[in-house]
Amino acid sequence: MLSLPVFIIASVIKIVLVIVILLTAVAYTVWLERKVVGHMQNRWGPTRVGPFGLLQPLADGIKFLVKEDLTPPHVYKPLFIAAPMIAVTCALTSIAVIPFGTAITVLGYTIPMQITDINIGLLVILGITSVGVYGVALAGWSSNSKYSLLGGLRASAQMVSYEICLGLSLVGVLIVSGSFSLREIVESQSGHFWGFLPKWNILYGWQFIAFFIYLMAAYAETNRIPFDLPEAETELVAGYHTEYSAMKFAMFFMAEYANMITVASLATLLFLGGWSGPIFGPPLLQAILPTFWFVAKVFVFLFIYIWVRGTLPRFRYDQLMAFGWKFLFPLAIANLVVTALVVAYRS
Amino acid sequence: MLHLILFLVFGAICVAGAVNLLVQRHPIGSALSLVVVMASLAVEYLLLGAEFVAAVQVIVYAGAVMVLFVFVIMLLNAGEEERTKGSRVAMVLGIPGVLAGGLLVAWVLIRRSGENAVGLGALPGYPKVIGGLLFHEFLLPFEVTSILVLIAILGAVFLASKPEAAPPSPTGKES
Repeated sequence: MLSLPVFIIASVIKIVLVIVILLTAVAYTVWLERKVVGHMQNRWGPTRVGPFGLLQPLADGIKFLVKEDLTPPHVYKPLFIAAPMIAVTCALTSIAVIPFGTAITVLGYTIPMQITDINIGLLVILGITSVGVYGVALAGWSSNSKYSLLGGLRASAQMVSYEICLGLSLVGVLIVSGSFSLREIVESQSGHFWGFLPKWNILYGWQFIAFFIYLMAAYAETNRIPFDLPEAETELVAGYHTEYSAMKFAMFFMAEYANMITVASLATLLFLGGWSGPIFGPPLLQAILPTFWFVAKVFVFLFIYIWVRGTLPRFRYDQLMAFGWKFLFPLAIANLVVTALVVAYRS
Repeated sequence: MLHLILFLVFGAICVAGAVNLLVQRHPIGSALSLVVVMASLAVEYLLLGAEFVAAVQVIVYAGAVMVLFVFVIMLLNAGEEERTKGSRVAMVLGIPGVLAGGLLVAWVLIRRSGENAVGLGALPGYPKVIGGLLFHEFLLPFEVTSILVLIAILGAVFLASKPEAAPPSPTGKES
């Protein structure tokens, strides 16, 4: 156990570090998306600012900060201002319970690579993301414009529907690992099947079905293609953030990408074994490698996100709802029942 | 000590949210105050040690039920409510009634404080304990409740389903 002053100093350092890294990751996910989608569409993406356009996020940030912050006269002001704050706060808070690796030892103190480890970590993430819906819904309503309202309505219906599938797809993993703590879930996945196959949850029984459900529900939760109906630009201008400009718009953008990173981290922790991977080399390398594996898996997940965006067209709204309720939901229930039976049979 | 201060602070926020719920003129304002009440209640559960209940309170009530409330208010585009001067019955019966009820609750709480009271952080709120209780000791009430919910769902589906003669929807199928 750490003494109180050490605990406070370590926590503050961890929080600042994680927030800085997360925001940088958000900025560079945007860069990655523009670059990858650009190459998929046979163009270059950003190239002018810095080598390979690497300073483009910085230029975008400065642009967002110095642009005029326009508030249309017909909006309901308190909620119009609060909505982006709710969205970005919820998106950034959920990173607090995500473990990035095993513990590291600094100056004789053992510090876990996580802001806080609580035994209901997974439920906390689900709770915070479910409150995040308000950001989008209230933005749509308070803007007092048709496109925004339609976007907000679509977003809240879609996110409430797919949250159920998301939650149900995770229950299978919970049954297998027997804990809500993200650290314990990862530790339950250490070791190998038959000596060579990593004992990740995605390879356990029929859990790849749960992974598929999670993947679909996660795309819908973060409003990404092929489920990006709340901001479908061909129908709704920009959906719920049509009326927003400058930093308020940037906050929605940040929230979306931070949510993508959270969802990717969660998939890594629950299905892909978290930070487990081959560990070798000198002590310093051994300390870094778990975090490296974690980040690498998150990166792969984010790349698939962008890949899907460059590949698939958008669903129609009734297709979205039918897919969620008539296909994913029964599949998730079936997966849950089968997993429970298998676990009960084996124990 | 910190627990007690937090408990009092969030209790105050909870009551303030509940009062604001009544005072607000716009439905959205009222719904959001209810979200504040739910969230601060969740913090109170957490401070008592019931982590699981706190998390479920946020996920189910603040995250799902209230989102549907807000959704319906947005969908109907409900405007500000009109204020009346209040009925005489409310003045004559309501305020003394509220006062009497409040006094009764306060009297019971003061009389029985200390008996079976749960200290801060003393509830065994781990998910495993709750799961064990639900599936062993309270299995029958739990299952009966789930049947009740199922009946409510069936009723809602029946009420919402369109009569046979209605024209088909433009997309050719209902979602």
